[in-house]
This record gives sequence, C-alpha cells and structure tokens, in this order.
Amino acid sequence: MFATGHRAVGFGYLAISVIAVTVGTLLSLVMRLHLTWPDWPLPLHGPVLPEEYLAVVTMHGTLMLFFVVTVAPTAGFGNLILPAQIGTRRMAFPLLNTLGMWTMALALVVLLAAFAVPGGAPIGGWTAYPPLSESVLAGPGQGLGMDLWLASIALFCVAGTMGAVVTLTTIVKRRCEGMTWERLPLTVWAWFTAALLSVPAFSVLLAALVLLFCDRHLQSGFFVPSQEWMNGVMIEHHGDGSPLLWLHLFWFFGHPEVYIAVLPGMGLVSMVIANFARRRVFAYRLMIATTLLIGLLGILVWGHHMFVAGLNPFAGTVFSVSSLAIALPSAAKVLSWLATAWGSRGVRGRMATPMLFALGFVSFFIAGGLTGPILAQPILDEYLHNTFFVIAHFHLVMSMAAILGLFCAIYYWYPLLFGRKLSESLGRWHFWLTLLGAYATFLPMYITGLGGEPRHYAQLSGIAGPGARLLALTMPLQRHITFSAIVLMSAQVLFFWNVQMTARRPRLAEENPWQATTLEWAPGAMDGDDDDETHPRRHAYRNPCVYGEDGEGFLPQWSEDASLHRFPIPLKTEAE
Amino acid sequence: MPTILTPPEIDRKRDRHEGDEGTGNGTGNGQKPPTDKRTGGNGDGDNWDNHPQGHRGPRERLSAARVGLFFALGGDLMFFVALVSIFFVNKESGHFDAYSHYINEWLPTAIPSILWLNTGVLLLSSVSAEIARQGMFDERRTMDEWFGLGRPVSNRASAWLAVTLLFGGIFLAGQWIAWQQLRAQHVFFSSSMSSHFFYLITVTHAAHLFLGLGAVVGALLVLRRSRSMLTRQVLVDGTVWYWHVMGVLWLFLFVLLEFGQ
Repeated sequence: MFATGHRAVGFGYLAISVIAVTVGTLLSLVMRLHLTWPDWPLPLHGPVLPEEYLAVVTMHGTLMLFFVVTVAPTAGFGNLILPAQIGTRRMAFPLLNTLGMWTMALALVVLLAAFAVPGGAPIGGWTAYPPLSESVLAGPGQGLGMDLWLASIALFCVAGTMGAVVTLTTIVKRRCEGMTWERLPLTVWAWFTAALLSVPAFSVLLAALVLLFCDRHLQSGFFVPSQEWMNGVMIEHHGDGSPLLWLHLFWFFGHPEVYIAVLPGMGLVSMVIANFARRRVFAYRLMIATTLLIGLLGILVWGHHMFVAGLNPFAGTVFSVSSLAIALPSAAKVLSWLATAWGSRGVRGRMATPMLFALGFVSFFIAGGLTGPILAQPILDEYLHNTFFVIAHFHLVMSMAAILGLFCAIYYWYPLLFGRKLSESLGRWHFWLTLLGAYATFLPMYITGLGGEPRHYAQLSGIAGPGARLLALTMPLQRHITFSAIVLMSAQVLFFWNVQMTARRPRLAEENPWQATTLEWAPGAMDGDDDDETHPRRHAYRNPCVYGEDGEGFLPQWSEDASLHRFPIPLKTEAE
Repeated sequence: MPTILTPPEIDRKRDRHEGDEGTGNGTGNGQKPPTDKRTGGNGDGDNWDNHPQGHRGPRERLSAARVGLFFALGGDLMFFVALVSIFFVNKESGHFDAYSHYINEWLPTAIPSILWLNTGVLLLSSVSAEIARQGMFDERRTMDEWFGLGRPVSNRASAWLAVTLLFGGIFLAGQWIAWQQLRAQHVFFSSSMSSHFFYLITVTHAAHLFLGLGAVVGALLVLRRSRSMLTRQVLVDGTVWYWHVMGVLWLFLFVLLEFGQ
C-alpha cells in the first residue's frame, strides 16, 4: 500500500482525481437541476436550500479546481509518464513523492469530511473571500466546515509543493544522456513550467490560509477591519485589514493555478497533434518559449480578477495590459497547432481518438480563450464580472480544455500503461458527445451571462423587482443548459464502459501502436522502478517528432541509426 | 597492468543501490574496503559516464539533493515573502474615522533584547554546522573512512553537528523566553497589528528551525547508522544548507522586526 514506485504514486493521484471528479460532477448536476427547477427535491434530502446550493457551488469548485484539473495532469500523468519520457526509471526522491501523494489523499478526505460536520460544507465559494470566510456568523457552513476547507487546502499546498519539487528535480537532474533541453518533448516542458509555477503559488496561498485562520480564531485583522458587523453582531479584530489583501494573495495563487491546470494539456496536445499529423511541431522552439512565457505572464496578471473589487484604476490598467499580453503566446500556440495539423501526412489512423481529443482541446481553447481579451478589459469586466459569462469563459478555456487534455492523455497512453488499446468506435462516440455536450452546455452561458445572470444565485425565479423579468428571460436557456449537462455527464458512461470492455480484450501484440517518437514508447521504457543494469540504458539521439516524407516512416528519439522505422503490421485489435 | 582484479562484467552485475562504493557488508563503515574498486576516475577505461544513470558517482546524488532543496527552499522563502509583503501592507493600512481623518493605528512592538543574543547564537550554530559540512568533504579523511580506516570524518561531523544542535536548542529556548517576556508585558498575538506579525514571523520561523533540529538529529543518526559514506554526506550537506538558509532568513526577519517597524 505504501509503495514508493512512481507508477503507484501516479495511479494514486489519478484515483484521488477520479473520486473528486465523480463527486464534483454530481454536485454540478444538483446545481443545474436546482437552478432550473428550484422546487425539485433532492432524493433522500428534500428541497435544496439557498445555503445548501452555495455549499454545493463551493465544493464543486474546490474539488474540480484543486483535486481534478491540478492533480491529474501534473501529478497523475507526471508520475506515470514523465520518467520514461526523459529516459529515466524513476522520479527523484521517491519517499517524498509518496508522502506528497498521501498528503494529497488526506487533503481530499478532510475536504469531503466538511459535508458531514455540523453546519455542513462551507458556502463562501472556492475563492473563500473574507469577510464571509472569516466568521462562523456568515452562514451555516462557515464554522467547522470552513475550518476543514482551510485545513484541506493547506494540506493541498504542502502536497502540491512536494510534488512540484520532485518533478522539477527529476527534470533537471534525471534526464538521460542526449536528452538536452531542446530535445525535451513539449509535455515535459509543460510539466516543468507548471511545477515552476506551483512552488511560489502554493506557498503564497499557504501563507494566506494561515492568516485567514488567525483572523478566524485569534482576533487578528489581516483581511477585515477592526470593527465588523455581521448578522447584527459586532466582531472586534485587532487590525485594519482589508478583504482586498486576501484577493491579492488568493489570486496570486489563483491565476498561476489555471495555467498549472492547462499547461500539461497544451504540451500533450502539441505532441499528439504532431504525432498523428506525422509532422514536426510547427515552430518547436517557439512552442517552448511560449510555454515559459505563458508561465511568466501567468504570475503577473492576478489583478484582472479584482477589477471591480476596489482596485486602484491605474493598477487595473497595468493588469489589463499584462492580461491582454497573454493572448500573444496563446495565439502563437493555437497557430502552431493549426499549422501542424494543416499539413497532415500519412493515411493510417490520422483521426484516431487521441487526435480527436487533442483537436477538441484546441477548439475549446479557442472558443473559451477568445472571450479572455474581453474580460481582460476593466470597463467590460465591470458589466460582465460575476455573471455567467465568466463561468462560460473559464469552463471552456480551462475546465473543458483540461478535461479533454486528460482524456487525450488517457486514450493516447492507455496502450502504454495497460497494453491494450481503448475501442476506437466507442472513443469516437465518447468524443463527439463530450464535445457537443460541452458546447451545448457552456456556450449558452455566454448568452445568459450577457443577459445578466449572476453567479452564486441559488434561484433565478421568484425574485422581487425588475430583475425577476430579466432572469425569467433566461429560463428557456437554463433548461437547455441543464439537458445538455445531463447529456455531457451521460456521455462519460461510454468512457467507463470502454475501459470495461477493453479489459476483456487481448493485449496488444506490438509496442508503440501510435508509432510515436518520444522515449516513453521505446521498448521496455516503462519497465522497472529503478535504474539498474538489467534494463537497457536510454539515450536520446535526436529531437522528437521526426517523420519520413510519406508520413509512414518515423525516427524515434531512442533509435541510434538514422534509418526510418516502419510499422507495416496492422494491429490485431484494430479490426473493428 | 590493470589494477582492477574483479572483471568489470562480473562486477557490473552486482546491485549497487547503496551508492558508489558497493553494497558489501560494512563497506565505508570502518570495517572492510568496498568490493567495487572502480572509482570512475578514468583509470582502466573506467568512466562514470559508462555507469547507468543514478550511479555516476557521488556528485550525482549530492547535486540532485541540492537541486531539490533549492526548489523546496524557494517555495519556503516565498511563504515568508508573502508574510513580509503583508507586513508592509498592514503597516501602511488604516481607515477613515467619522471626521474623514485617515487613521493609521500601527504601533510598533518593542522587541525583547534577548533576540540579539539569540541571533548571535544562531550565527554560531551556523558556523559549527558549516565546519561539520566542510569536514564531510575533506578528501583525505573521507578516503580514509571510505577505505575503512576508522571514522575520522563522521566522528568529527557528529561532534560539530552536536554543537549546532545545542546552539539551535538554545536559540529556540531563547525565542521561548522572548515570548514569555512579552507575555509578562501583556503583549499577546492579538494585542496589536505589529504583535500579530511579531508572533507570526517568530513562530513560523521557529517551526522551520524545529524541523531543522529534526534534520540535524536525523543527520546525527545517519552518521552513526548509515553504511554509505555518500548517504552521510548528502544528509549532512542538505541539513546544513537548510540550516544556513534559515539562519540568513532569521537575520533578515530580525532586522525587519528590529528596525523595520
């Protein structure tokens, strides 16, 4: 159980994410059903009260952001694939690595325990803004539930930093001979940048959590003024703090966090598109540079979450400019993906499921990313802030893109990890239903957001005043969004069915079914947990993604001689 | 005439996880010389580069440990950077009263003078730690110990690390006394904005130093117990670098508390 092998650790992280994504998805179903039919009673529970809705929102965001899109791409696949991809047999510091995974598991348990304590789960949103997050008087979940939230995220920060230190040291010190920085696959660059962002971001969040804990229990006033009225009670604090300080600290973590979540997907998508298009990644060096640049800009833009929070307008302009600047490296990446895919060569398996998911990632990144420059302008954000427009933006550009990146990783590396290929036809159904379901769910949110639908409202009907008429206009779309969300969720059953069916099939007869060029596909690259001399040593002889003119032949990184490898034998399991 | 008596192809089959000096019983622990005599020094066509990754000589593990420590301490320092930034923000922040006057209520906390003494002790502890660390890399003595001629390096390092442990303990005790002195003057964590920071900074730093003391105890145990010279070197090196960084950090925090309020 306490195995220190990087594969056990990687699967451990993935198990954490699977639990979190299951709970998080069910919570989003509750949200959608409640928004559309506010009187609908939750089975075994009864009607959803407004504070319960807020608890559901908070837990959905926390689970998905922290334990799914952060843990699975970086720590999960980082542990499973990264060592083989840089030609080593294990991660650096195996003990620390294992400790990190169990700390992360503990963080998830502590978070889920918040459902079971008196008062229930916290209701302050995944961003836990004070003053709502700093007093038990703010709401039912803000007592023990909020404390558990703080403890869980503090553990998450510690675990995340451990994982990032292991990743960074592995990439810096354990690359095999010949694996120069320029020859590193873009996935490794992405893991590297994400880990570089994690170390400062998680540390600052940890400091903020400690201070919030002091504000809650030791009467300090880092984030609240000295005299604060809440629900008719005056709370004394010794300090002249401001919630704005929490916003600064939180978003100093929060914005890099979204790049930590999406960068590994970007790296993988670059490599997968190149592999199925049988071409070298267009502007490979530029892709490395843009990965690092996105990371660098990512830590300079946190203020764009605070345009309407009382930020100095001049500061808003600065943050607006730096946020708009992220469009440049992002656009460079999109153009490179399109340019790489444009001149696809070869005939066989060009549109295999991993490629579909990679292209789906690009599509979501564009559809969600294009609204980024809109939200990055303070004057537009004044209207759009805290509307569903923002929800649509980040669910497409980050959440759905990250999830499609994860599915791309699963379909692509499944033969490597389990020796079996997931069914292509089921994979296609899964992909198209997911893609269309996600668009049908999140694109209309742009419209309801523009129509004025606010975030965090438990109910859109039955409100007094002119707002009621405005929100009532969105109700037909609300129903459409809810039905689409149900389709999107149901589509995921196909994936689990696919995994189930594949387990019964015979194992693949050949290595490297995608004819990939990176080191993890080298014969025997995934064997063994430590460097010893029973396994052949790795050596990287060239850049990744070297393919023949016809698109059939390829030159893997591990091949010493420069003759093209070919893959003439059709795979046994491809006969479907 | 080759100086290696064991044919390399036989030798290579042996498992050498413990480090570069082989896993023969008691090697490098003052008992018998290691069986693997290849030094990676290019004699007899031997070269660290021909060894598999992770077995290319002592430098490899040492530098991996240092890189890991570098990134971990980077994160750790960011934690303190955040605290110090908040210190400055809170120091300047205030509110408008009923007459629209801007009120800044920051009152500095008088720092107990024992902190000067503590700082001196912490510096001394770093000096002894550095002597221990440098001794671990003394070429001649290390070779002696590696060949099994007594334990000159480990004994010396243990003595100096024990001094570090003692001074570190005195520092923590001194911090405790400082907290007690403030308590006697009715200065608690929640007394004022500046006292928040005094306690927050000194307590989190003390927690880090407490971990450092744990690492020193761990290093002392490893110096006694571990058979691998390399493991001893890596652990002492990492512990001492951590200790130094916490010392320099304390200097900065102390100056901030003493003069920056």
